[in-house]
Amino acid sequence: MNAPASYSPTTGSAEPRPHRGGSFLHDTWTVLLREAGPTVREPVGLAFTMVQPLLFLFLFGPLLGGSGGFAGGQPPWQWFVPGVLVLLCLFGPMMAGYTLLVELLGGSLERMLVSPLNRTAMLIGRTLKESVVLAVQAVLIVALALPLGFELHPLGVLAGLALLTVFGVGLGALSFTLALASQPNGELFYGVTQMLLFPLLLLSGVLLPLDSGPAWLRAAAAVNPVAYIADAERALFAGRFAEAVVLHGALAAAAVAAAGLALGTRAMRRGV
Amino acid sequence: MIRARGLTRSFKVKRERVEAVRGLDIDVEPGQLVAFLGPNGAGKSTCLRMLTTLLPPTSGTATVAGCDIAADPAGVRARIGYVGQRSGAGENFRVRDELVNQGRCYGMSRAQARRRADEVLETLDLVPMARRTPSTLSGGQRRRLDIALGLVHRPPLLFLDEPTTGLDPHSRASVWEYILRLREHYGTTLFLTTHYLEEADTMAERVVVIDGGRVIADGTADRLKRDFAGDLVSVVSVEPADAVDLAAVADTAARMFGAGQVATGNGGRVEVRVPRADAALPALLRVLEGAGVTTAAAETARPTLDDVFLALTGRSLEESERAEEAAA
Repeated sequence: MNAPASYSPTTGSAEPRPHRGGSFLHDTWTVLLREAGPTVREPVGLAFTMVQPLLFLFLFGPLLGGSGGFAGGQPPWQWFVPGVLVLLCLFGPMMAGYTLLVELLGGSLERMLVSPLNRTAMLIGRTLKESVVLAVQAVLIVALALPLGFELHPLGVLAGLALLTVFGVGLGALSFTLALASQPNGELFYGVTQMLLFPLLLLSGVLLPLDSGPAWLRAAAAVNPVAYIADAERALFAGRFAEAVVLHGALAAAAVAAAGLALGTRAMRRGV
Repeated sequence: MIRARGLTRSFKVKRERVEAVRGLDIDVEPGQLVAFLGPNGAGKSTCLRMLTTLLPPTSGTATVAGCDIAADPAGVRARIGYVGQRSGAGENFRVRDELVNQGRCYGMSRAQARRRADEVLETLDLVPMARRTPSTLSGGQRRRLDIALGLVHRPPLLFLDEPTTGLDPHSRASVWEYILRLREHYGTTLFLTTHYLEEADTMAERVVVIDGGRVIADGTADRLKRDFAGDLVSVVSVEPADAVDLAAVADTAARMFGAGQVATGNGGRVEVRVPRADAALPALLRVLEGAGVTTAAAETARPTLDDVFLALTGRSLEESERAEEAAA
C-alpha cells in the first residue's frame, strides 16, 4: 500500500459546509436514486425482473381462460392483468426489505442512519424505486395484453398504479421494520416473509377468484387488505372509479402505508 | 466538542437487564484526538452509538458538536462524521457512486457531491478504485473507503469505531497516517475506539480507559502510566547466587523508594517500581557504589498501557483478548 499523497490545495478549499440535511423531497430523491444506481449500472438484472410477470401472464393466464367465463363473462385478461400487478407489488417491497436487510447486516444502513437524511424519506425512497419498476412492468404487461383483448382505460391504469404505489410504500416500510427487528442474523425476516406472503397472496383472489370458495375462506379474505386492493385495482383497470370497492381499496392502502411509516420511523428512533 | 453527563444504556437480553454503559461523563475539547480503550464488551461501541444518535440513551444527557443528542439529533448528524465497525459502503455500489450518494445524504447538490467525492478519492488514494465495488477491494482499501465516506461532508468531529481492527500491520499504519494527516490539515476532532494497546499509546494524546461500562482512567498515556503503573528499574547482581549483595541492593532500594515498590526476582535480580526510571536509576547506582555494592547490569522499562489496565482492574487486557480469541 502506498503512503498518503500530498493533499491538493483544492481539498482544503472552504466550501460552505451544509449545517443540516436537505429537504424531504431532496432526501427521498437521494434515496430513490441511490437504490436505482446498481440497476442502472448493471441493467441485466432488470431484464429478469421484466420477464418474470410475463411468465405469469402467459403461462398462468391461459389456464384462467380455460376455467370458463367467470367474473361476468369478461375476457380473463381484464381480470388477470390487475391481479398480476398486485402480485408484483407484493414481491417488490419484500425484495426491498431483503436488500435493506443485507445493508443492515453490512454497515451501509448504519452509515446512512448517522447522516441527517430524513427517516421517512429513507422508507419512502426505497420503495419508490420498486414503484418505478412496477410502472414499467405495468406498461409492458398492458402493451402485451392489448392484442389479446385487454381493454385499456388509461386513467384507470394510472389511478391503479398510484394506489399500488401507496400500498407498496406501506409494505416496504413494514418490511423495513421487520428487517430491523430481525437483527442480528436476519432469520426472523425470512421466516415471517415466507409465512405471510403466500396466505396474503392466496387469500387475495389475485390468482383465482374467491367467489367460488367456501365461506370460511371468504371470511379469511375479508380481513386481508390485499383482497381489497385487488378488487379496487380490477375496478380501476376497467375504468370504474365511483365504486365502493375503490374506496375500500384506497382505505386499505392508506391504512397499510400509515401503519408502515409509523412503525418504521419508530423502529429507527428506538435505535439500531 | 463533546460534553456528556451521566449517560447510561441498558439492554434487555433474554429478560435480563444488561447495563452496557453505567454513567459516562466526558468532555472533549475541539481538536483533540481521544482514544477509547477497553476490552470487548466494555461499552465502547455503545457509548459511540449514543453520541452519534444511533441509540437513544436510557438516561443522561450529551451535547455533541453544539447540539443536544436527544433534542436535536438532526443537528448532531449534520455536524459529525462516523466510521462504523462494519463496512460503510453498500456491496452493490461502485465506490464513487457511494461517495456521491453520501454527499447527497448530507444535503449537497449533485455537482457539490461529485466534486467532494473526487476530492476524498484523491485524499485517500482511492482514485484507481473509483469504478469498482467494495467486494473487489483489499481490507485496507475498504477501510480507507469507509473513512472517505465519513469525510465527504467535512465534519469538524469524526467518530471512528475500531478503525484498524482486522487489518494487517502495514494497512493499519497506513490508515493511521491518513487519520493523523486529517487532524493536522483540518484540525478535525477525532474520537475513536480501539482495543489495540500500542495504538492508543502511540497515536492518541488522550486515552480514556473503559471497563464494565465505566470510565476507570482518563489522561495522556504518559500520565496514566505514571499515575497507575510507574517505570520499572531492575538491577542485576554480579553473581546470581550472591545473596548478600542482592539483599543490600533490595535494602537500599527499599530505603530510597519505599519497601512496597521492591521485588526480588529470580536470577539475582531486584525490581523497583518508580515514577521516573531515568531519574531513579543513576541515584540508585550512586548510592550502591558509595556503599561498596557492585552490580553487573541495570536496565529500565517503561510501563505499557496494559500495565495500567492491570493495575486498575487486576486483569490484563492483552490476556483477556487472547482468551477471547482462543474461545472464539
